[in-house]
Amino acid sequence: MRRRSNIIAGVSTTLVVLAIVTLVPLAPGWAAVKKSFFNAEVFAQTFPRLVQAFLWDIAIFLWSVPLITVIALAIALARDTKNPALFPLKLFGILYTDIFRGIPVILVVYLIGFGIPGLGLPRPWNSPYIWGTVALVLTYSAYVAEIFRSGIESIHDSQRAAAASLGLSQSDTMRFVVLPQAIRRVVPANMNMLIALQKDVALLSFIGPVEVLRQAGVFKSLLANFTPYVGAALIFLSVTIPATRYADYLIARQRRERS
Amino acid sequence: MLELRDVAKSFGGNRVLNGISLTVERGEMVCLIGASGSGKSTLLRCINLLEPIDDGAVFLDGQDISEPGLNPDPVRRRIGMVFQSYNLFPHMTAEENVMLAPRRVHGKTREALRPQVTELFTRFGLADRMQHYPDQLSGGQQQRVAIVRALAMRPEIMLFDEITSALDPELVGEVLDVLRQLRSEGMTMVLATHEMKFAAELADKICFLDAGRIAEQGPPSQIFEAPQKARTRAFLSRVL
Repeated sequence: MRRRSNIIAGVSTTLVVLAIVTLVPLAPGWAAVKKSFFNAEVFAQTFPRLVQAFLWDIAIFLWSVPLITVIALAIALARDTKNPALFPLKLFGILYTDIFRGIPVILVVYLIGFGIPGLGLPRPWNSPYIWGTVALVLTYSAYVAEIFRSGIESIHDSQRAAAASLGLSQSDTMRFVVLPQAIRRVVPANMNMLIALQKDVALLSFIGPVEVLRQAGVFKSLLANFTPYVGAALIFLSVTIPATRYADYLIARQRRERS
Repeated sequence: MLELRDVAKSFGGNRVLNGISLTVERGEMVCLIGASGSGKSTLLRCINLLEPIDDGAVFLDGQDISEPGLNPDPVRRRIGMVFQSYNLFPHMTAEENVMLAPRRVHGKTREALRPQVTELFTRFGLADRMQHYPDQLSGGQQQRVAIVRALAMRPEIMLFDEITSALDPELVGEVLDVLRQLRSEGMTMVLATHEMKFAAELADKICFLDAGRIAEQGPPSQIFEAPQKARTRAFLSRVL
């Protein structure tokens, strides 16, 4: 039964691939598209530099992640507070997540990336790398904060009751009982946010940093050919596909553990 | 040692406790019996300040612990509580579960706590389970770890909220044995329970709760053999 369905899957996939490979080149514009998007010569010439530029994407990603984690956790805790004296903090958390989840990322990148250096700050404080990072961190912290909060709220009240009955303070209960469980529970959801973040680093190309998308744009203008964009897409895929598979694996494992 | 005076508690418009008065002397074992929804669990949660009471007062050694605005943490350290669903922390080993509160509250190190904790685990037949995670333990073992966790804070009084109700029948015995052991060591205990035989055998006092009131209380011989109230008789005829 299993073997039969494998054969069917194999045959149908082969047919579809064959159809694409034979039919697409029959399109009238194919020769031109091939020349400007899938040009092997241009690809070979530009790809190494694109990979080099992608190191910037990775660097921006890597220093953004710890900042996002810390800020998101702080916002999530602020929103979760039940102490009436801390209500202003809670209000701030609500406003923050509402605002930064409500504005397109590219708009935040423009506003902060052009706006703040426009204040005439001295070097290095006018760097688009810094303000681009700030824009990404502010936006993603809002999303990740909501993920953390959903994790915190998913921990059953009986865990807090057990901790309280032992005389643990509220902050110790949060730190040792609720958060460790909550954070573990939302790892898969946060993995998906990280994948989205890695892609959105490319948005910084609009405010200056010569990362992979910007570099591809430079080559496009230089060589009058779109192949560098295809190269950039391949580089992104080489990172995001394994990461997506890993996130799926984590989700599947978590589902198994809970059943 | 523990005294409740006219304790009342409502959830929304639902009056769950309707003027409960009860005293528990040092070393006594008091069993709360009654149908589900009669207020047993809520009463225990009110004693441990997990629920604020609406009216009345709760005294622990003469101190009014139900006063609004009182910091509940120091009070809860003196009162141990064990829950129906164990409520162990699933991301910690049994030993870490037990050590967390003494470490954080009393500021002791793991090394300083280890002899005492090991002794507790050994006393309740769990010496080889200290490094296990809750999901690697049977229900009976988890509940015994939960009892050890409460005892590690050296409470003056222990509250047990239907701690055998979630267990498979063959595991009930090992948990009741722990209670017997505590009883023989002189621990002051308040139990909400459906284990009538056990209550009849060991309790000093039985309280029959009905619709948020103590309908009848007295020594087991009176409640089980010569109940005065029709409601008590009706309840017992259904469960015995």
